[in-house]
Amino acid sequence: MYVLIAGGGKAGANVMRTLLRNGHEATIIEQRRDRFERLEAEFEHQAMHGDATELFVLEKAGIKRPPDLVLALTGDDEDNMVIAQIAKEKYGVGKVIARVNDPRNQPHFDLLGISPTVCATSSILGLVEHEVPEHDLIHLLELRKENLEIVEVQIDKSSPSAGQTVEKLRLPEGSRLISIMRDGKAEIAVGSTELQPGDQVLAILQPGKEDELRRILLKK
Amino acid sequence: MKLIVIGCGRVGSTIAKRFASDGWSVTAVDENESALSRLGENWTGGFIVGHGMDASVLREAGIEDADAVVVATDGDNTNLIIGQVAQKRFGVDCTVVRILDPARADFFRERGLRTICPTSTAIDALTDAVRSCDIPQRPLEEAPV
Repeated sequence: MYVLIAGGGKAGANVMRTLLRNGHEATIIEQRRDRFERLEAEFEHQAMHGDATELFVLEKAGIKRPPDLVLALTGDDEDNMVIAQIAKEKYGVGKVIARVNDPRNQPHFDLLGISPTVCATSSILGLVEHEVPEHDLIHLLELRKENLEIVEVQIDKSSPSAGQTVEKLRLPEGSRLISIMRDGKAEIAVGSTELQPGDQVLAILQPGKEDELRRILLKK
Repeated sequence: MKLIVIGCGRVGSTIAKRFASDGWSVTAVDENESALSRLGENWTGGFIVGHGMDASVLREAGIEDADAVVVATDGDNTNLIIGQVAQKRFGVDCTVVRILDPARADFFRERGLRTICPTSTAIDALTDAVRSCDIPQRPLEEAPV
């Protein structure tokens, strides 16, 4: 596989190292002179100095082949978005993964159809949510392309859904229960599955249905 | 008519003043508060301190009912993203974006963004200026023997 990496910070350099170790072909582009020199010492001709948002720099790095994968990993969200758009729409790169530095820019990535994206801050926030008990509905996974997400809900004694079977719950359209975790064992949720206090329920739903689902399962 | 100018430097501030004197309602946006001084002491239009990538700043500037947006910060990529957000998310058809790199300006123009490239304009103007010079013919040199 041929991979083009834009941005030679910690993320870019580590991905580069792993790809090469696994026998892939890769080029890494870095704009800052000091960083580039360190990359060049390690990766030799596979490191390139330049601005990866400039077309001639991307072309020199082989974007016309095109690569199987482009990683836009710079520390600037606007640069990552522009690199992703150019790679996909001008050079027909099949897959682009872009880094989101500031989660507030996520809507811009979505608007421009850039997916998948990776955001360290959002991942950390997700983990924090998981640790904080007040959060009754935890986001586990976002499937952006499918416009679906998977969440976890904890049923307790006061939940109106406790003691009900799944088929009797009037779940919002665009949502489904996947599984129930009870006493350390998971089972697939079917129509006759009865919810009990203490259950950890996994649900798949369209973003925006969280409040409806919360109301039906937890009434909060 | 309502105009929002994002990036209130030499270019942005002059455009803002020009449209304000034409009677438009103009709001300028810049990261630095000091950019306000470029608009002059008699500025009666709006001025918002904030980054144009921030949708809440754009809303505060009134982008939801703007007739036109000019994007002229000092970063090409920043301008490309803000321009697309103004056009696609807020539906401002008359969004005009300053891009210094001719290659990126061309590519995003093909994709429906109204990009203006001062570099290309300068190249054309300088080329035309040289071509239109009245250069006296040099006397013919004698052919070497």
